[in-house]
Amino acid sequence: MLISLSNYLHKRDRLRLVALLTTPVLWLVVAYLGALAMLLVTAFFTIDSFTGNVIQQFNLGNFQDMLTDAAYKNVVLRTLGIAISVTLICSVLAIPMAFYMAKIARPRSQKILVALVLTPLWASYLVKIYAWRTMLEPGNGVLDWLLGPIGIHSPGFGGPAIIIGLSYLWLPYMILPIYAGLERLPNNLLDASGDLGAHNFYTFRKVILPLIFPSLVAGSMFTFSLSLGDYITAQIIGGKLQMLGNVVYQNFSINLPFAATIAMIPVSIMALYLYLVRRTGALASM
Amino acid sequence: MHKKRLVSLIAVASVAALILAGCSSGSDSASDSGVPKVDMMKELGAGEGQVNIVAWAGYVENGSTDPNVDWVTGFEKETGCKVNVKNGATSDDMVALMKTGEYDVVSASGDASLRLIYGGDVAPVNTDLIPNYADIFENLKMQQWNSVDGVAYGIPHGRGANLLAYRTDIVKPAPTSWASVFDVNSPYKGKITAYDSPIYIADAALYLMETKPELGIKYPYALDQTQFDAAIEVLKAQKPLIGEYWGDYLKHVASLKSGGTVLGTTWQVNINLAKGEGTKVEGIKPSEGSTGWSDTWMVSSKAKNPNCAYMWMNHIASPAANAGVAEWFGEAPSNAKSCDLTADKNHCATFHAADDAYWEDVYYWNTATEACLDGRTDVKCVPYAEWVKAWSSLRNS
Repeated sequence: MLISLSNYLHKRDRLRLVALLTTPVLWLVVAYLGALAMLLVTAFFTIDSFTGNVIQQFNLGNFQDMLTDAAYKNVVLRTLGIAISVTLICSVLAIPMAFYMAKIARPRSQKILVALVLTPLWASYLVKIYAWRTMLEPGNGVLDWLLGPIGIHSPGFGGPAIIIGLSYLWLPYMILPIYAGLERLPNNLLDASGDLGAHNFYTFRKVILPLIFPSLVAGSMFTFSLSLGDYITAQIIGGKLQMLGNVVYQNFSINLPFAATIAMIPVSIMALYLYLVRRTGALASM
Repeated sequence: MHKKRLVSLIAVASVAALILAGCSSGSDSASDSGVPKVDMMKELGAGEGQVNIVAWAGYVENGSTDPNVDWVTGFEKETGCKVNVKNGATSDDMVALMKTGEYDVVSASGDASLRLIYGGDVAPVNTDLIPNYADIFENLKMQQWNSVDGVAYGIPHGRGANLLAYRTDIVKPAPTSWASVFDVNSPYKGKITAYDSPIYIADAALYLMETKPELGIKYPYALDQTQFDAAIEVLKAQKPLIGEYWGDYLKHVASLKSGGTVLGTTWQVNINLAKGEGTKVEGIKPSEGSTGWSDTWMVSSKAKNPNCAYMWMNHIASPAANAGVAEWFGEAPSNAKSCDLTADKNHCATFHAADDAYWEDVYYWNTATEACLDGRTDVKCVPYAEWVKAWSSLRNS
């Protein structure tokens, strides 16, 4: 039966392709592009001011509200700042860690280190953020208890707390691509650079960094986009600070079209980011 | 290349067209005038085996929070209706949840009930099918937030005031006025909380009624533009004092317990939960009075389990269940016979269940409309949609 089916398909290229691609294409078009299109369309609707029912009538009011109210400009800048900080912190932490894992550690401990980097991903996101809430609690949190005696205090709930929390959460997503990139980097390039008299830092800047740049970009796409859309971390350890995701969360129950308008911002920022990444050519060598 | 682009364009366009078609056929637009016509249930049938409820935290307890607090298990055994509950953090949440059509019953406050009625999201309630309706306090029945044109849209649940919580071991002297949460020189700066919902604007308006009588605010849900702007100014000045705004009551209780929050608006149930965990905290109704709620059990116009929904509404209005909720949540019960069944025999006296004078300075949550709710006709009031925008702007600035 299976064999006859396989014989049948063997002769029919086209049918084979259709059978193979129908599900993923449907998924992509309906669930993914469909949701995006829906978002775009909804952003132009408005609501009945009393009942909150969505009125399907083309209208630019939401965009006008978003652009004229300085509060939303601030929240965009704040969110961008957080996403960029998280990406920078993750890169700075990830490069030495990945370098040690790929180039210095013995093969046996290499595997253990990879497993260790992955372990935080086994725990639930919420558990980790609530743990950070306990850590950062001003006055009687773990951080204050531990570092208080040497004069360092918890930053409390707010922007710095969000940056710490998100950097912690997304660090593995930055380490893994860089680790993979460094593994592909031949050791003799480093030796050659040394032999020719380059200092360690010079080797890093002129040899390693250019070669792992695509991996760095791959990692930054995770850390940047995940930070850009996050709202739960801000809710739990952000104090009264809000990110773009919170604005969407805050509005989607009351004013869905406005929430859709706001949601277009991270989508456009990501699209622009991917476009810039593509121009650097990093995507092609990934 | 061009051909490829064309194909993808067509694909996107066809998806968009599909979605638009789905939209326009699936929705019923509410007319601006009057209430959408929804049929009332005529007679009670057999239970459907389950009921999906949207409620305030603490209204539907099955013993999982506290083994002694349970008025759900008995109901499930008796009727065979399994109770699934979804807690709403704010009235806006509840309205949104009810619009999905996934839920059968909701405990709506006054700032949600009318929106639900006029949005066609809830059905009129046939009170003849609810035997316990007879024992509800007469002055809670057929009020402007639970009926329209003499048609009942729900069963009164109970009422209470939003309180001022303070940590008795930290905040000294004990506060007596809402001024303590609006004082820009407060020693508790950074440890004050406020309720994270546009309806909190009314709390600022209430405070202004006392402190700035020249604004002429008579009712905190009827604010003309000048009064509204003044309330927003109060909230802007308050923002630096706030550590966290609360919407999630469990996080709020945790903050009270840890001392991250020492002062701010709350519900009695949160005080009870925090006290249960050993926190030194009290809640008072300040001298200015308070905002508050008078809740109504309503049934969805798209209820999939209407019979179980009616059974639930009858059950929750019964003296025993009503007494249980009232005592657990810390509010005045709606069933006159509940007062004999509370564990604390003074509960109804403490919460002023039948004391009309007490409720005079409690302003139940209401939905602001352009036509001023305090009866003024010479000005337009700021409708709730503008409250939402102002709140969103304030929170994100």
